[in-house]
Amino acid sequence: MTAPSPSTRTRTVDLDALRARRGADVPGQLFFGLLVLAVVVAFAMVGSVFWSVVDGASDIVTERFWDFLSSPSSSDPGKAGVAQGIRGSLLIALIVMMTFPIGVAAAIYLEEYAEDTWAARLIQVTVRNLAGVPSIVYGLLGLAVFVQALRGITGGSTVISGGITIAILVLPVVVITSGEAVRAVPGSLREGAYGLGATKWEVIRTQIFPAALPGILTGTVLAVGRALGEAAPLLVIGAVAFYTTGNNDFLEQMQGAFTALPMNIANFAKEPAESWRGHAATASLVLLILVFVVNLGAIVARARISKKLGN
Amino acid sequence: MVMSESVVRPTVATPTLTAGEESAPVGGADVFTVRDLNVYYGDLRAVADVNLDVRERQITAFIGPSGCGKSTVLRCFNRMNDLIDIARVEGTVLYHDIDLYDAQVDPVAVRRRIGMVFQKPNPFPKSIYENVAYGPKVAGQKGNLDEVVERSLRSAGLWEEVKDRLDSSALGMSGGQQQRLCIARAIAVNPDVLLMDEPCSALDPIATGRIEELMKEIQNEYTIVIVTHNMQQAARVSDRTAFFTAELDESTGQRRGKLVELDDTGTIFANPADERTEAYVTGRFG
Repeated sequence: MTAPSPSTRTRTVDLDALRARRGADVPGQLFFGLLVLAVVVAFAMVGSVFWSVVDGASDIVTERFWDFLSSPSSSDPGKAGVAQGIRGSLLIALIVMMTFPIGVAAAIYLEEYAEDTWAARLIQVTVRNLAGVPSIVYGLLGLAVFVQALRGITGGSTVISGGITIAILVLPVVVITSGEAVRAVPGSLREGAYGLGATKWEVIRTQIFPAALPGILTGTVLAVGRALGEAAPLLVIGAVAFYTTGNNDFLEQMQGAFTALPMNIANFAKEPAESWRGHAATASLVLLILVFVVNLGAIVARARISKKLGN
Repeated sequence: MVMSESVVRPTVATPTLTAGEESAPVGGADVFTVRDLNVYYGDLRAVADVNLDVRERQITAFIGPSGCGKSTVLRCFNRMNDLIDIARVEGTVLYHDIDLYDAQVDPVAVRRRIGMVFQKPNPFPKSIYENVAYGPKVAGQKGNLDEVVERSLRSAGLWEEVKDRLDSSALGMSGGQQQRLCIARAIAVNPDVLLMDEPCSALDPIATGRIEELMKEIQNEYTIVIVTHNMQQAARVSDRTAFFTAELDESTGQRRGKLVELDDTGTIFANPADERTEAYVTGRFG
């Protein structure tokens, strides 16, 4: 078979010219192989992490999982549990979620109200930079401001200080993702509402916010996930391994010593004795389940809202 | 249902746009009077020195090549240009005899009287019912809106098609239905004027025909201004036609929109005063 030279105009169809050629697109196939490899590696990494957690946790899960969930930490590996850590992490998540309206409001302000001035742009850039600041730096901020300067309000190294510090840590993420969700609302929707005589507030309340809500929820899920997993700022603020005071009184809980699941994990992992082997893994499993439950809740909420909006 | 609460369409709209007690004379021949209108986008002068009148209960068509400023002029009539940060309007746009760009005029009140239908159908991601009820709701109408919704959908020729699925999403309708829904939505607030910015450019010929029929049906109740790229459409539906063109501004090197002429549609298409209009409508240019 000889290919016709470019200068020759031929009207007969050469079937061989149209036939699929093997090895014609070598770079494309190499790239595809690379992509498959990347997917396999990514899954293998996640899988091995998950497997090591489940494998390490298996003994405690089968022997005394409920006891592990409901007991405070202890120097006795047979009794130690993560009840205080779960309580602390849930309280921190609660405080973080209470600050979400601030983040969403800031995002709506920046997207819809702020004029395009150098000040507004500076704020936008600053928010983006804050999202990249290492969490331990926020811990120092929390130590200086909430633990020390505002001790009268927060009570010092309490779950309030920890919660607010982590809330500030994740707030930029909330502002950025919410802002992107607001920006993604199609302009035609705004025009349609303005064209019917809606005020700016009505356009935001009835069109922009509902349309952006699924995206905003995605951002808040990311934020809660991050908030639940942070250990470094809590270390700086002075979260403890476990505490013995303050049991059931809510106020006492809020104002006393506190810990969180990541603190439990770190402390368990530091124990050298064989009898502590499974504790860090089991606590990690609990943390993973907690994050999963929060994500699931947000995904369900998102699906419901999307359905309601008719998308 | 409480009869006294039923909404009756006033035969004559009374423009009260300002907060004050200023009231305008009603029923004049001209709904819009545009004098020396210049619109700028930043440094770009998009529309230069436009003077025109839009008459009550007529369909006025704006035609012309792309970039001639016809949509920009249209969007001055309900202050939609306010939504574009860099847009600046100079000159006078009188609505009856109120200057729409007077500092006392509230653009929200303007848009409740001067409705708009956009180039691409843009129903809200809500039910058909909620789409139509949206305008009356933001205008503060309380209680049962069934009657307004039904009447608006009937006016838009959509009622028979959707009466059994008012609660389903508007996004599930065809493009033509969506655009008629947008018309129903616009007339639900009982406007005085309907502005249509190329309402059929995203529709097939059959849907276009239905919208044109609809315009003919409602033209006795509303003043309609339509921007269209389709000269046949202008010839079919409009009473008067304005021809715009884009011309080069020699001092700045920018192209800017100008009104060439505005006359009865028959005259514009058969015997225009300006040779540029003739060249355009006969297909020799544009």
